[in-house]
Amino acid sequence: MPDISAAALAAQVFTGLVLGGIFVLLAVGLSLIFGLMTVVNFSHGALYMLGAYFGFVLIGRTGSFLVALVLAPVLVGAFGLVVERFLIRPLYGRSPDDPLLLTFGLSLVLVEVARLIWGKIGVTLDPPPALAGAVNLGFTYFPSYRLFVIAVTAVVLVGLWLFLAKTNVGLVIRAGSRDPMMVRALGFDVGRIWFLVFGIGTGLAGLAGILAGPMRGAYAEMGVTIIIESFVVVVVGGMGSLLGAVISGLLIGQIVGLTTFFAPKLAEIVVFIFMALVLLFRPSGLLGETGLME
Amino acid sequence: MSSVAAWVRRHPILGFFVVFAIFPWVVPYKSLAAQVLIYGLFALGFNLLYGYTGLLSFGSAAYWGLGAYGTGIALAKLKVTSLWLALGMGLGFALVGGAVVGFFCLRRRGIYFAMLTLAFAQLLYFVGFHLADWTGGDDGLRGIAVPAIGLGSWRLPLDRSVVFYYFTLVIVGLAVAALKRILDSPFGAVLQAIRENADRATACGYDISRIKHLSFVFYAVFCGLAGALDALRLTVVPIESLHWSTSGQVVIMTLLGGAGTFFGPFVGAATFLVLEDAISVWTESWPLAIGAIFMAFVLFLPKGIWGTLTGGFHGR
Repeated sequence: MPDISAAALAAQVFTGLVLGGIFVLLAVGLSLIFGLMTVVNFSHGALYMLGAYFGFVLIGRTGSFLVALVLAPVLVGAFGLVVERFLIRPLYGRSPDDPLLLTFGLSLVLVEVARLIWGKIGVTLDPPPALAGAVNLGFTYFPSYRLFVIAVTAVVLVGLWLFLAKTNVGLVIRAGSRDPMMVRALGFDVGRIWFLVFGIGTGLAGLAGILAGPMRGAYAEMGVTIIIESFVVVVVGGMGSLLGAVISGLLIGQIVGLTTFFAPKLAEIVVFIFMALVLLFRPSGLLGETGLME
Repeated sequence: MSSVAAWVRRHPILGFFVVFAIFPWVVPYKSLAAQVLIYGLFALGFNLLYGYTGLLSFGSAAYWGLGAYGTGIALAKLKVTSLWLALGMGLGFALVGGAVVGFFCLRRRGIYFAMLTLAFAQLLYFVGFHLADWTGGDDGLRGIAVPAIGLGSWRLPLDRSVVFYYFTLVIVGLAVAALKRILDSPFGAVLQAIRENADRATACGYDISRIKHLSFVFYAVFCGLAGALDALRLTVVPIESLHWSTSGQVVIMTLLGGAGTFFGPFVGAATFLVLEDAISVWTESWPLAIGAIFMAFVLFLPKGIWGTLTGGFHGR
């Protein structure tokens, strides 16, 4: 066991927070799409990967990380809209397994296309020069870019919450996840709401991808492991519960971060052991309602 | 074609043996034929769970891998000299794995189930990766010596591809007959009732969580047997046996052939492996091709090849 100094431990808590932020962005997107459309988007990890590569291309073209940070999620979200319109929409009314199967096929295709375009070896993304250094937090030095990731995640989540809680469109989205039939009966076009939500959810995956890029690089398979972990986050949080996804993402980020510190060999499996425990003692997840989609 | 299909449908077990007795002589090489049988059995197990019980598992690699490592460890590490004991150990691993993981995954129904099976398979993948003393880790488990099978004083070595093929045919044929027996039993009828309407099956007085768990264990054992046979075929167990892509392969194969049809899994496995063989000659991007084909099947041909030919039931 390494020497445990309080400063090193605190730094690890911050690292866990960064990882948790990426989990939260992915899980909230998955959960939003699932809660409203009962579609499990298996290609979420591939879209996360696209976000990182789009970021790489846009940084190269525009020379500005900030422009890329805004544009890459928008492009991924736009691609998500195309996917919803032409691939997911024909499957409404069929078994909920079908969109899962289809997006599984899509993720195989996207990973292979990424290999063809950007090569089998990954690329690195440079963080903006202003964020290249480290910040003194008083007890330890911490990379500024990682603090920036925490800040962006927090801002986006607050923005999403305001959108869902305070706007009329957000109200319709929340109503749609409770009772789509009633929303339709009230004269809303549920198909358009689903379309919009799929775009937002996939856009969040793109954002997670470009944020993770400067820390982990971009490579074709980068979405594969994290999609499985994001599923775990969603199951632990309670499917369809956004607050559950946030809490569970941060919690699992901490668990992984601290396990990496104390017992690196267990870091990959601790997520799944935690999931098994939650399933044993609280099968519907931390904040899940029983009965949704069962 | 459809008259052959109709005959095979009427006499499934006989049809299976006739078709696969000829099969190695019509495909380009015999190791492909054995591969089709083994992956067909894998898909058959998956189909029991998905096609007949209506539970979509994305973690089949776990049981395939447990069967392969169980048999492989018996032969390579424990130096077991009986083939049957080694196969039994593979089946035992898969059975225990299926019983434990099934218990956890069946705590959630519907679409959660798919994610949970995937997560538990990923857990086993990492465990297999780190237990390198037993599994060989990243390098795979090597040094599997396949013992000859003995019938009295007569020994039959399995290292020739024709002999191995027909040995595999007998084992897989017995498994197919066993599955037929399961599906034709009252238990099999309840499985399909659960797929059609779980609430109604509960109302009829069936303990559906126990029946689903049992179906999961059967699925794991069939997948495990397939994995064990593949360990004998390759004489090595690669770590990819436990990888999620193996779980994905069996999903693709079953849907290509036709979920919820008896022979769809074999048709799907043959289609998948022959296509992979043919397309890989032209391009390295086989996953791109099969991903696109699979998407087209989900969208336009959800009954699969065999289901469309025989007008079979799609599984929902």
